[in-house]
Amino acid sequence: MRRVTGWIVLIVLVAFLVWGVTLIHPFGYPDASDMDDYIIENSQEETGSNNVVAAVLFDYRALDTLGEATILFTAVMGVLLLLRASKRKKETS
Amino acid sequence: MLTKIVRTVANQLILFIVIFGLYVIVHGHITPGGGFQGGAVVVSGIVMLLVAFSSQELKKLLRERVLSIVESSGAVIFIGLAFAGIGTVFFYNLLVGTPIFGRVPAIGPGPGDIWTGGVIPLMNFAVGLKVIAGLSAVVLALALFSGGEEVEE
Amino acid sequence: MMEYIPLDFPFLAAALLVGISFYIIIFKKNLIKLIMGIAMLAAGVNLFLVSLGYRAGGTAPIYTDVPEGPMVMSVPQALTLTSIVINVAVLALMLTMVIRIYRHTGSLDSEKSRRLKG
Repeated sequence: MRRVTGWIVLIVLVAFLVWGVTLIHPFGYPDASDMDDYIIENSQEETGSNNVVAAVLFDYRALDTLGEATILFTAVMGVLLLLRASKRKKETS
Repeated sequence: MLTKIVRTVANQLILFIVIFGLYVIVHGHITPGGGFQGGAVVVSGIVMLLVAFSSQELKKLLRERVLSIVESSGAVIFIGLAFAGIGTVFFYNLLVGTPIFGRVPAIGPGPGDIWTGGVIPLMNFAVGLKVIAGLSAVVLALALFSGGEEVEE
Repeated sequence: MMEYIPLDFPFLAAALLVGISFYIIIFKKNLIKLIMGIAMLAAGVNLFLVSLGYRAGGTAPIYTDVPEGPMVMSVPQALTLTSIVINVAVLALMLTMVIRIYRHTGSLDSEKSRRLKG
């Protein structure tokens, strides 16, 4: 019973994915690119850096980088917490 | 511990790997790269040292207190740079035009200059410190745990 | 006369990667294989994000010594960088949980560690 349900769910999901691929714009010709055109035109005089991707990561969308740094910090703290030596319970007389 | 040839080669190669990682971090606003990519390069050099020498030897080199201070200072520098331009908006690029990092490059294609970029090179440096300290602590803790002993309290 | 169905190759490859990872997550029981399936799902999503922003004949969006031509869209590349770092952090956390489960119950089967017993 579990295997039959699994196969039905898998076929429905993969069919939905392949149908969704046919609805996207053709590869190489994006149509809604107004924000990127503005960023590529004006990033050198507003931020002063030659690298447009670094300017997007640290100036136009810096709040996403702040969230990502927080996730990195939380994951490192979680790993170091899970690998601690557990205290043995002392026998009290 | 592996053989003497591997240990000698690792001792010579770690210098070049650390310098290449710092080069990728510092030139983050001219060439492709930045804080996250350069930090990953340096951590891969530390993993090479971990494979060549045993994890007990590396525990004397990277103490836990030093790694914790470095990672926290990276986060504090990032938040401090974000609050420095609070007069206009959060995360305002306030160093464009001032003589610290604030030259504006020539518009259009051309060779890059290091003293450009505003507040972006300082943020790259802070994120690089955070990634190096955090990921090397994770790798060292996993190697110590699989060796049989657990990280002390 | 059927019209041309656009079925471009990079989007189809990303959908195939996601489909294979769905098969692994539904049908396999070993914990390490489940983690590999999740990593493959992350790889498929990153490939899809980067290939959404391609312009035909474009170059990298960096102004240092760039050849002539249009530039590729730059915001999907920044979002993919963030996604890669988040996936590395979550994968490290999942692997340490698998190490703890193995020390506690002694087997890597996901059916044997279902009950909440001490």
